[in-house]
Amino acid sequence: MNLRRVSAISRKEFIQIIRDPRSLALAIVIPMILIVLFGFALSLDIDNIPLAIWDRDNTRASVDFLLNFKNSKYFQIIGYYDNYRDLQRLIDSGKAMMAMVIEKDFSQDLLSGRPAPVQLILDGSDSNTATIALGYANAVVTQYNTNIILNIMKKYTKENPTPVNLQSRIWFNPDFQSKLFIVPGLIAVIIMIISSLLTSLTVAREWERGTMEQLISTPVRRAELLLGKFLPYFAIGFFDLIMSVLLGVFAFGVPMRGSVILLLILSSVFLTGALTQGMLISIVTKNQRTASQLAILSSFLPTFLLSGFTYEIFNMPKVVQALTFLIPARYYIIILRGIYLKAVGLDVLWRPSLLLCIFAFIIVSVAIRKFKKKIA
Amino acid sequence: MPENNTVAVTSLEKKFGNFTAVNRINFEVSGGEIFGFLGPNGAGKSTTIRMLCGIISPTSGSGKVGGFDIIKEQGKIKQNIGYMSQRFSLYDDLTVEENIDFYSGIYRVPKDEKQARKEKIIGLAGLEAFRHRLTSTLSGGWKQRLALGCAIIHKPKIIFLDEPTSGVDPITRNNFWAIIKDMARNGITVFVTTHYMDEAENCGRMALIYKGSIIAMGTPEEMKTKIMKNTVLDIRVAKGEDWLDKIETLKGVEEAALFGVSIHAVVKDERAAIDAIKDIFKRSGLKDYKVTKIKATLEDVFVSLIEDYDKEHDESKKS
Repeated sequence: MNLRRVSAISRKEFIQIIRDPRSLALAIVIPMILIVLFGFALSLDIDNIPLAIWDRDNTRASVDFLLNFKNSKYFQIIGYYDNYRDLQRLIDSGKAMMAMVIEKDFSQDLLSGRPAPVQLILDGSDSNTATIALGYANAVVTQYNTNIILNIMKKYTKENPTPVNLQSRIWFNPDFQSKLFIVPGLIAVIIMIISSLLTSLTVAREWERGTMEQLISTPVRRAELLLGKFLPYFAIGFFDLIMSVLLGVFAFGVPMRGSVILLLILSSVFLTGALTQGMLISIVTKNQRTASQLAILSSFLPTFLLSGFTYEIFNMPKVVQALTFLIPARYYIIILRGIYLKAVGLDVLWRPSLLLCIFAFIIVSVAIRKFKKKIA
Repeated sequence: MPENNTVAVTSLEKKFGNFTAVNRINFEVSGGEIFGFLGPNGAGKSTTIRMLCGIISPTSGSGKVGGFDIIKEQGKIKQNIGYMSQRFSLYDDLTVEENIDFYSGIYRVPKDEKQARKEKIIGLAGLEAFRHRLTSTLSGGWKQRLALGCAIIHKPKIIFLDEPTSGVDPITRNNFWAIIKDMARNGITVFVTTHYMDEAENCGRMALIYKGSIIAMGTPEEMKTKIMKNTVLDIRVAKGEDWLDKIETLKGVEEAALFGVSIHAVVKDERAAIDAIKDIFKRSGLKDYKVTKIKATLEDVFVSLIEDYDKEHDESKKS
């Protein structure tokens, strides 16, 4: 390993990056756009569920019942109607997610102690949101029922009955703000995609333009060439990382509670793996177009779908769960969320950290082995 | 070290699948020599040069470049040679100086010599006016000069040039050969491939490679005299194009082609051919003609060698 050669390659690669507006945009602008877009748009918070109402009873009791929905921040009553056609139209068009029909005898049934039916129609096409919405609706109704029962009991016993009183305390993210959860994961996704995409072109370009042949005729070694190419992209990736953290803090108010140093060190390990993955793709394909497509496919999809970023791993089928162990972003996201939200250190995160290191080590060794300074 | 700038190969062979690109060739190049490796496209020139530079591995055979084994000591070879590939292979998005600096770093040119060597290369290639220009904006000839410059930045003892003058204007070509000859005078061995036969005259010695085999080797003079078994006749006659077909189909005429105002005919038996040619003219009552024996050009030599080779191999296939 000779540092003169490594620095000659790094300098050359760096000049090439800054002279190519496209790769510069890819390296600096796209990550920022991604984090802003995803940070704002990819909100998993469910509130203001649009609710349409047909109150066939229209008594004090029914209005009182509906008040519970009106006062909940999870629902927004979009209007009162008097037929099924309107309700259907609203659900069809997506203007309402839920429709509620209160039957004619609602108040009478209540007073006479009979079950008072309330019909709830849900748009189940987005099953996840529908489940959550149904949960909210159930909670509102249960609360309403509890109050009724308590009132009746009070009337007869003249005492304050005490049912189980659940006192919940929510740690790390007390307001259930999904951005606190998403932004750290987003950093992993961005670093993964951008890094592997950036480096996926670098070796393939040399093969395509014929410059590799000239390099092969020189005494430069494989490791020198790869390290020389790696360094400028590492600098860019690191810059992206810092920008993402800063954007998270200042644009989204996501606090960095844990050790910044630990975050940077472990991020470097992840970055190394991601950059080398791109380089490995470049080495194997020797073709820029194939390489970039493969890089997007192999970084974006697994990181987005299987890392636990968007979908909880424990919800996945067992086979898919097993697959997630092969996705380094899975470990990185655990680390990011741990350091970001829980301020935990290596004593807790040693396992994902170790696995991240092992992954980086494997991919670097495979890249060096696969990279042959030979044409045929 | 007597052999530090020589090249020698023995039974060197390269196969790509079933196709034999280079068929067990042998040759030696001595120090300070300009050795021309000639042949049509696809003959195996680039494949040979790539094996010598350690870019591809031979299928079998052995060789030494600068005293180092081409299979076991590629690393040492690479520090001592310069290589200029057929396809332009510098960085288009770097300037002239940046390209030179890059190779200067790759070859670890000593820091205190770096600047002086860069200036020398720029001077040699005449690139003073373009030093800060992006390489992509240079024309073909200037690119080639820069490529040559980058290939000799580390003062190699042997330089391999693969078709350095293809697609280059005649003036740049001459200039190029002047640089090559200058390098050879300074003791650098130059191994150059080309398919321009007129350029071959510049070589000290040459090998003709065809379909993977070396079919002739020698100095330009030897090629034209000893190796050329046929005679070239210059036939001066009005409306030469009308006579071409008749002369070409004569017995004993290997090949005939228009050459400016006359016809050049390659013949096996000089006497018999002259008689036969004169005979056709006589029968059509033509008096104003002239048939003279001329010295073969290298192109004549190569064309007849290649035709002989093809004939021989066609016959051996049939039998």
